[in-house]
Amino acid sequence: MSSNAVIFISVASVLSAVSFILDRQKTIAGFKKGWQMFRKLLLPFLNILIVVSIAIYLIPPSAIDEYLGAGSGIGGFFIAAIVGSVAFIPPFISYPIAAGLLQQGASYAVVATLMTTLIMVGIVTLPLEIQYFGRRAAVARNILNFFAAIIIGLAIGVIL
Amino acid sequence: MKAIAKKYQPYVWVAAFGVATITSFALGFDPGKTVFTNFRVSLLEMISFVPFLFIIIGLFDVWVPKEQIQKHLGPESGIKGMFLVVLLAMLQAGPLYGAFPVAYVLYKKGTSVRNIFIYLGAFSSMKIPMLGIEIGYMGVEFTLARTLISLPLFIGIGLMLEKYLEGKSFEVMNPGEKSPAPSKLRPVEEKR
Repeated sequence: MSSNAVIFISVASVLSAVSFILDRQKTIAGFKKGWQMFRKLLLPFLNILIVVSIAIYLIPPSAIDEYLGAGSGIGGFFIAAIVGSVAFIPPFISYPIAAGLLQQGASYAVVATLMTTLIMVGIVTLPLEIQYFGRRAAVARNILNFFAAIIIGLAIGVIL
Repeated sequence: MKAIAKKYQPYVWVAAFGVATITSFALGFDPGKTVFTNFRVSLLEMISFVPFLFIIIGLFDVWVPKEQIQKHLGPESGIKGMFLVVLLAMLQAGPLYGAFPVAYVLYKKGTSVRNIFIYLGAFSSMKIPMLGIEIGYMGVEFTLARTLISLPLFIGIGLMLEKYLEGKSFEVMNPGEKSPAPSKLRPVEEKR
């Protein structure tokens, strides 16, 4: 079990217990609200997970190493920005990958761009984001974050 | 017939994936098996924390009064509101899609548009559990540099989006309901 899950389960349990002691009815109402929101999201979640599992199969880690590793130059930088925007890799998994890329001689700028686009831009989750914020806001947020991520990547490349 | 098609249309992908997986295992088609293994890993990861996230969100929704949120994170909240919303985001965990429902609840409680997007920015790149692991793999220097450069950028993005969405009938919605968050605190604007 990931540390992620442990944190969530502990926090949820403690909050539920405190809430239950304070007000039983409010707690049940809260559970119901949470469950309703979760149920509505289940299907979009499943669809995203399916797309992700197919993408992970089609893009093997060795290919990522080849195109972002040592000697990939400015091309590697752009590939990092695009791969990071499209790919859907949780930070917990992406950090070991990033550390490995650095060891293989990839530059800080390339790795930082990959990391920041991964966490700030989500093309795969865009349909879900649109359902929450509308097309206009979701698209604008992703475009702005894409440029911010490139700035961050370049700045880290200059600093480190 | 049409009604039935419409009712089951959202399940088409899941059903197709199920059939493809069963076929793969029956015929020993390795790519299909690998894809299913990937799916199982991410599904277990999702199931291991997302339901609990929604328990927390549900409780937050019943306990935290709208007035409090509006006072501290609303349109009048200024720098302090930004600081609080960043702090709130830092205390959480999980992938960005986990932040959308939280953003919906915050919005419903009266959080300003600016602070909603600052929340998403801070959530994506400054969560404390994530920073811990990042320091472990990438070192303190990398993590600090990335965080300090990101912070002003996503505050800027929050301000830009607020300006851009002003008067464009922006609402945070709850998928499934297809209706805007009931926000009595904002004047309802006409649809385009």
